[in-house]
Amino acid sequence: MKILVCISHVPDTTSKINFTDNDTKFDTTGVQFVINPNDEFGLTRAMWFKEKQGASVTVINVGGLETEPTLRKALAIGADDAIRVNTTALDSFTVAKQLANVVKTGGYDLIIAGRESIDYNGGMVPGMIAGLTEANFVNNCIGLEIEGTTAKATREIDGGKETVSTTLPLVIGGQKGLVEESDLRIPNMRGIMMARKKPLTVAEPIEAKTQTNSVAFEKPTPKGAVTLVSPDNLDELVRLLHNEAKVI
Amino acid sequence: MSVLVYTESDQGIFKKAAFEVASYAKEVATELGTTVTAITFNASDTAALGIYGIDNVLNVNNDLLKTFNANAYAQVIKQAAEKENATVVVVSSSANSKYLAPLLSVGLNAGYASNVIAKPESTSPFKVKRTAFTNKAFEITEITSEVKIIGVSNNSFGLVETSGSASAEEFSPSVPDLGITVESVDKATDKVSIADAEIVVSGGRGLKGPENWGMVEELAEVLGAATACSKPVSDLGWRPHSEHVGQTGKPVASNLYIAIGISGAIQHLAGINASKFKVVINTDPEAPFFKAADYGVVGDAFDVVPTLIEKLKTFKAQQ
Ligand SMILES: Cc1cc2nc3c(=O)[nH]c(=O)nc-3n(C[C@H](O)[C@H](O)[C@H](O)COP(=O)(O)OP(=O)(O)OC[C@H]3O[C@@H](n4cnc5c(N)ncnc54)[C@H](O)[C@@H]3O)c2cc1C
Ligand SMILES: Nc1ncnc2c1ncn2[C@@H]1O[C@H](COP(=O)(O)O)[C@@H](O)[C@H]1O
Repeated sequence: MKILVCISHVPDTTSKINFTDNDTKFDTTGVQFVINPNDEFGLTRAMWFKEKQGASVTVINVGGLETEPTLRKALAIGADDAIRVNTTALDSFTVAKQLANVVKTGGYDLIIAGRESIDYNGGMVPGMIAGLTEANFVNNCIGLEIEGTTAKATREIDGGKETVSTTLPLVIGGQKGLVEESDLRIPNMRGIMMARKKPLTVAEPIEAKTQTNSVAFEKPTPKGAVTLVSPDNLDELVRLLHNEAKVI
Repeated sequence: MSVLVYTESDQGIFKKAAFEVASYAKEVATELGTTVTAITFNASDTAALGIYGIDNVLNVNNDLLKTFNANAYAQVIKQAAEKENATVVVVSSSANSKYLAPLLSVGLNAGYASNVIAKPESTSPFKVKRTAFTNKAFEITEITSEVKIIGVSNNSFGLVETSGSASAEEFSPSVPDLGITVESVDKATDKVSIADAEIVVSGGRGLKGPENWGMVEELAEVLGAATACSKPVSDLGWRPHSEHVGQTGKPVASNLYIAIGISGAIQHLAGINASKFKVVINTDPEAPFFKAADYGVVGDAFDVVPTLIEKLKTFKAQQ
């Protein structure tokens, strides 16, 4: 089984979010970039398929040179090789087009992406890859088993979960639950050394037209001070929720 | 030209989000000077949609589509969009809508903006405001494709009643190979889901252990709320993963979010910040959550929560 794990390169969850160029660009000053958390769960599940079922694992990012350290980290965790499609990620559709092209030319059986990236929060790329390659698609995936060309997946739904069966080729939008938090791996020294020697191919992009443009960013208006209510006067809290907030 | 909206139902009954996206679609249609058509699957009574501005309903009654299938639903919505000559398609932010929207986007060659929180800033060029960076910022996105898909955030637009009524017709599209078979569903039918909830009651590590969740559940019950928790609480196995909210868990966009014994770490706040009003109950007045909350009680949850439950019961009884 050939697995392709899509890796989004995103600001660390503790990052302060600021913008430059008249609020049109994300300010990367002082920001640490990491593997998108949802992709980390997917990559860890892929390592299980590699170790237990002999799958090969390729990681891929669509982006500029600056994303290579993130791909190297994925190699250090254990992926076999990496591909960087050398283009700026302009919108979800063009990114999905590049990824779909690699999926088709590389003949991948299982494409693991994240439910959403924590920067753009599009939640679009995995479904678009599935649409473009006509593969089956399971989103919000919290469990995945594969036997030959059949897959059994668990998917989170609003208010519960469901188990589905399907066949490869398959795209999943993965999230926490796919593996446990405690299964996540921190690259060790040996992994980091080996990652340096693993192939990282730079592929040229195909032509793709965007469908959306990011025009500008805004930051939320700072919140007014909290209204404190004494624990001895909770009637007041009920009153505020009813009369002022009008939520009960 | 028209606006098409996918109105979701559960066991034939419309979800509240269906009326919200209908209201949103009506607003867009008014700006564009056109009508709104709703597409529904196996809905029993479509009349309610008229109240929220829908002019015409395409109701699909097909046993193959009794349970949700993202690809099949996307293909059907695509056919409806083509039939109606829709230039804008509106969907909600439910897990199912977010599942099918990217497939629909490919099918219609339509740009898709998710997590949209307000009516379009302008329709020519077509610009919408959406949340990004997990609620730490907003993004203005321009959709440049001819057909546009808008995913509306829950509880962001609200319900707008009109004096209209909707006509309805049966729609019999072709249904593709399903590709995916649902083997089993495990869903708590007696509980409000975080996605649908108007009020969410959430507990953190300050509650000390799973045995103390009784009062959290009781508070939720009094308020008709969903229960949620912070990440460590689900990592410790005190509560199921499905209750984990925050940047790496479920997003919350409720009208009211009550945080009990939660410190308010940046990753937690990011995921729940879209909620309109936030209440924090915490022993530590320095807890960062107080900076993000509207109302705060500095106090011990083990005293505050039971008292609050009593006060709310009295309040509800008087209503
Ligand atoms: C990559 C990454 C992603 C993350 N994603 C998420 C996420 O999605 N969601 C999330 O929640 N966290 C997330 N976290 C974890 C986050 O950083 C915090 O560790 C976590 O939110 C803290 O949970 P907590 O508030 O329940 O516990 P604590 O930080 O331990 O806070 C407990 C609070 O309870 C209060 N307390 C104690 N006793 C009482 C009492 N008797 N009555 C009232 N209050 C009391 C204390 O004063 C304290 O403020 C993430 C972390 C990382 C690194
Ligand atoms: N530039 C990219 N390169 C590779 N994979 C990506 C890229 N952007 C998004 N993805 C994948 O798509 C998932 C969802 O991203 P998004 O649609 O942006 O929320 C991510 O978790 C990644 O798995």
